[in-house]
This record gives sequence, C-alpha cells and structure tokens, in this order.
Amino acid sequence: MLQKVYDWVDERLDITPLWRDIADHEVPEHVNPAHHFSAFVYCFGGLTFFVVVIQILSGMFLTMYYVPDIIHAYESVYYLQNEVTHGLIVRGMHHWGASLVIVMMFLHTLRVFFTGSYKKPRELNWVVGVLLFFVILGLGFTGYLLPWDMKAYFATVVGLEIAESAPVIGGFARTLLAGGEIIGAQTLARFFAIHVFFLPGALLGLLGAHFFMIRKQGISGPL
Amino acid sequence: MHRGKGMKFVGDSRVPAERKPNIPKDYSEYPGKTEAFWPNFLLREWMVGAVFLIGFLVLTVAHPAPLERIADPTDSGYIPLPDWYFLFLYQLLKYEFAAGQYTVVGAVLMPGVAFGALLLVPWLDSGKERRPLKRPIASGLMMLGVASIIFLTWESVDEHDWEAAAQQGEIVDDVEVDETAEGYEIYQSQESCIGCHGGDMLGGAAGPNIFESDYDKDAVMDIIINGADGMPADQFEGSDEELETLAEFIANDGQDPNGDDE
Repeated sequence: MLQKVYDWVDERLDITPLWRDIADHEVPEHVNPAHHFSAFVYCFGGLTFFVVVIQILSGMFLTMYYVPDIIHAYESVYYLQNEVTHGLIVRGMHHWGASLVIVMMFLHTLRVFFTGSYKKPRELNWVVGVLLFFVILGLGFTGYLLPWDMKAYFATVVGLEIAESAPVIGGFARTLLAGGEIIGAQTLARFFAIHVFFLPGALLGLLGAHFFMIRKQGISGPL
Repeated sequence: MHRGKGMKFVGDSRVPAERKPNIPKDYSEYPGKTEAFWPNFLLREWMVGAVFLIGFLVLTVAHPAPLERIADPTDSGYIPLPDWYFLFLYQLLKYEFAAGQYTVVGAVLMPGVAFGALLLVPWLDSGKERRPLKRPIASGLMMLGVASIIFLTWESVDEHDWEAAAQQGEIVDDVEVDETAEGYEIYQSQESCIGCHGGDMLGGAAGPNIFESDYDKDAVMDIIINGADGMPADQFEGSDEELETLAEFIANDGQDPNGDDE
C-alpha cells in the first residue's frame, strides 16, 4: 500500500533521486563510535541538531499558552508552570534545552577546531557554523526576557546597556532591540518577535546551508 | 541520466517516464568499515538519541525551570544575573581595565576580537596540517580562549551571592487576611501596631509584614509583650484574653483559628 502511494507520487514528481540524495551517504569508519569509541566526539553536531529540534517543538507548544504582553506574560508562564498538565515538563525542556544546545554546540565547535576540519575546502561551512553560534546565543538572550520575571528583566537591562556601549551603532542597536527609551512593553514585543520569527528563520536558513555543505563535501577524513 | 532524443515524459510534464530504482549504493568498495547512513547507522543513532532524551527528561522533571516573581522595574536593589553562558562576558565587565571609561574594551573590543578571530579561523590558520599538535599557535590560542572563558565563568559564579539572589527573586505569597476574624478587630483597635505594621498588617513604614516570619502563638505573645529588635515592648492595650486571641490569629497566618476554612 505504502509502496503504491510512493510509486504514484514518484511517477508524477520523480522523488527517488531527491530521496537518494538525502538518505544515501556513507558513514566512514573513523566517525563511527561502533568501531572506534573515541569517535563519539563526532556525535556532538548531531546532538546539537537533536536539541534544536526539541527546542523548536517545545517552543511551538509554549506559544500555545504564552502571551507576549507585560501584564499577561508572567501570568501565562506562571499558569503554564503550575496549572497546565505537563506544562512544567514543556517549559522545563525548553529551559534546559537552551543550556544543552549551547553546551553541545560548544563541544561540536571544539571538535571541528581540534580536528582541523575547517580547512580547505570547508572554510565556508565553518563560517556558517560560527554564524549559527551567534544566532543561538541571540536566541538565548532574547528568550531569557520572555517570562518577564525579575531576573529576566534585569538581565535584559544589563544586556541592553552593554549593547549601548558599542561605538557608533550602540544607540541604534539599543533602540532597535528595546523599541524606545524604556525597557517595557515594546521591548517584550520585540524580543518575542526576534525570538520566535527572525532568529529561527535565520537559524533554519543557516542550518540548511550547513547540512547542504556537509552533504556536498562529505565529512573530513581521518587525521 | 538519459538525455536527448527518445526521452519519454509523464504527460506534458518534464518528469521523465523512466523510473530510477530506489536502491542504496554499494559501500563495500569504500575504505575501512564504511557503512550506509540509511538505515543502518541512523537506527543506532536513534537508540543513542533515545537514551539521551531519557536523561534529558529526567533532568527536566528533577529540576523544574526556575521562575521568580513578576518583573518590578522600580526595584533598583536587584542584583542582575544573566544566564550562565553569558556569565564570562558579564564578569569581564567587572574588571577595572574593562569597566567604567574602558567599558568599550570589555563590552565590544575584547569579545569582538575573540569572536571575529573565531569567524576567520580558516584564514588565520590556513596551513594544510590538521593535527592540533602540529599547529601549536592555533591550538594554543584556542586553549587560551577556552581557559579564559572557563576561568571568567568560575570567578563570576564564585563572586555571586547565590543565597541573596535566590531570596531577592522569590515569589511573595499574597496573604489574604480574614477581616471578619476576632483577632483582626483587635488588631484594628491597636494604634501602636498599625503605626508600624500598617492597617493591612502587611508591613509599613517601620515594621515588617507580620506574617513574614513563622512564629507560634507563644512566640508572638512574647514579642508583643517584650518587644523584638527594633520593636518596643508593652505597646498592647487590652486584656490578656484579647492579646491571646490576637497572637493566635497572627500565628495562624491571618486566618480565624476558630473559623472553618471557606
């Protein structure tokens, strides 16, 4: 049955070459922990992606309750945390996942660096990877404000002060992020938009480029 | 791929009529023990992922995500703290060479140079050699960077007053005082109590929230009679019975000890 559906679609859209491109690639011995246990360091990138997927899914569920508004933001998070069935777990996954994705990404960066995998012809993929690093730090920074509790608010005050101290673009960057003179309703709305639309958009685009380049170039050879 | 004359298409589309077989490549000629990603390797990866997910869920259930009280922009005494992965930047700004008039150094210049260098690594270290020990300058600089991040994070965690931090953000329970209780009436007749602790019993100009500390009835009576730090003694005007009722009311967190829970 499934095969028939597949064939029906394949006849019309010729998806087999596409599927083979995605699924068909080799896993060399030197990156396979089944053959060399030390090769587990090659898992960090995949685990980073795994946690990113967890973040996207749990984040989607969080927005079912979250209200980006200074009066209701805190109340909605409090309600989700204390009243909603399994809300504690969904919020917990997003909270701890944010830390975990940074840890995994850090380890992945170190692995790529110390195996010299960024060298020709993989320079561009390294650059895209570092941009991904920045995007994820940005997601961490903007997401921290959203619960609108004490530590969220005052960490953002400090963060925006730091942004403002940058020469030339400082004032502009601060206004862009805070949406005005005071850190308040406008800031929360902007951080929400950045956290939920702008940065995830950039993240998905960069991830696509990251994976495309890996597939095109293959994984770097053994040292 | 078949090109040119003799090609057949599906209807008037550009999809070739000839089907490509959906079979995996043969990896037996590849070096070493190369195996196919799909499905062999992915299956095993999924098992590792499942174990990882279980550990992650255990963490989530064991340590609920923290939530402090609602943001109060007027609380200027709050000591701010970013998430842990920004602590190293936060700590950097505490040093003299990177603070005050040199804030630009700590906030922009040093992180800018570090992250800029990270971005340009392939061109800063463009030699062919990949082994870390054969390119000591690159490896050394990276180790230095990692070590300073770890050091700064450590210092920041060490300097931060975690107990004060936990306290300053605590969610304060709204105490609902039972205004029909006998004890409440007695309180309202005591000018000296209201003067410091406020008409709502939740603290005022000179005294704290009465329900803030957990004292039992006898301790409350003792404080009212003998005073406590900053609180004068013998201010209560009334009978011993009234004093007892009031103390019981306070020890019972503002609820009538004789009334039923409604």
